[in-house]
Amino acid sequence: MYSFEYRRAQSVAEAAKLIKEVDDGKILAGGMTLIPTLKQRLAQPSDLIDLGKIPDLKGITLSGKTLTIKAMTRHFDVATSADVKKAIPALAVLAGGIGDPSVRHRGTIGGSTANADPAADYPAGIVGLGATIETNQRKIAADDFFTGLFETALEPGELIIAVHFPVPDKAGYIKFAHLASGYATCGVMVSKTGTAVRVGVTGAGPSAFRVPEMEAALAKSFTPDAIAHIKYPPDDLLSDMHAGAEYRAHLVTVMAKRAVAAAIA
Amino acid sequence: MAKISMKVNGKTVSGDVEPRTLLVQFIREHLGLTGTHVGCDTSQCGACNVHYNGEAIKSCTILAVQADGSEVVTIEGLAKPDGTLHPMQAAFREYHGLQCGYCTPGMVMVAVDIARRLPGADEETVREELYGNICRCTGYQGIVEAVMAGSEAMQTGVLPLKEHH
Repeated sequence: MYSFEYRRAQSVAEAAKLIKEVDDGKILAGGMTLIPTLKQRLAQPSDLIDLGKIPDLKGITLSGKTLTIKAMTRHFDVATSADVKKAIPALAVLAGGIGDPSVRHRGTIGGSTANADPAADYPAGIVGLGATIETNQRKIAADDFFTGLFETALEPGELIIAVHFPVPDKAGYIKFAHLASGYATCGVMVSKTGTAVRVGVTGAGPSAFRVPEMEAALAKSFTPDAIAHIKYPPDDLLSDMHAGAEYRAHLVTVMAKRAVAAAIA
Repeated sequence: MAKISMKVNGKTVSGDVEPRTLLVQFIREHLGLTGTHVGCDTSQCGACNVHYNGEAIKSCTILAVQADGSEVVTIEGLAKPDGTLHPMQAAFREYHGLQCGYCTPGMVMVAVDIARRLPGADEETVREELYGNICRCTGYQGIVEAVMAGSEAMQTGVLPLKEHH
């Protein structure tokens, strides 16, 4: 690791101020991606601004038809929360499949969302459930948030405060996990709320995306068979040593079918 | 340098560390507690697991400065001062839950965490929960048996003995 200055923020406002003041700062949430990145010397920030001790940035609340998860809430807390299991069990499944138990004891929803790893699980959940990202400056719709490979709509100095999930009638999340890392080679969150259906895909492309053709077919018939014939074009999908674009495109359909099956089970 | 202080195995300790010092480096190099191992150093293998405020975490993936003010228990903190093994340690011995022993401190710390969170967990659950701990010797069978027996011993106070054939 290259050396850096460490600053512990006492509030979101202080963190936002510090990140603007320092030369080339990075926000530290759970650190499950950032610290390994630093250890490999893939990043050389001048300062780390730690959110870990900010009070009131953790917690889950279910209010009417909205499940709110604050930014520093850990995957373990989401996976085991009675409110999450009751309102959106598929989201508890998603959080419980991230990394391993020790990683889930540290990693946070805010950190994962802001990092926007193409193979992370949360982006599929956020896009597939149509969540809203609340920052210290504004609210950002899921469809506008993930803009590219490790890129989001967040501006410099903009921090995630919470993620608000509308509670669907039904939802299912299934991923084809890479055998060694557990990351999603392809993961799909499908949700149905009234007649509206969303299909959110992670792992397959540079960032999470929706599949409108599947959404239209599922709105007519919310069954795995309804989308069995829909092929996603591989043109813009990722291709690497783990899976080629054609294979990932195939997985989009297979995982989406399984996610629907999980949602109606 | 940053001044930090935390409770490790029930004792308050402090030190001056560079911000880039990992918790596992602080534990091993500053405190001399070398029971916590560094295996892969990439958050995969789990050899460095300690209990952090009562939960298993990978001490190679947290800065020592982040752990300021926390309570940490390492493998050295499990046995009683008179040397009596923790029930999970006794189970690992009884069920041959180790060969070379390198992964064992992390395995035992995670096993205790599993037993506390999921008492009575079945074999499938135990195997899933050990996803973040890699052993290159045993093939895991003895480890899984040890976790289940140790978990039972933590509840009942009695370690079921292995059937010897």
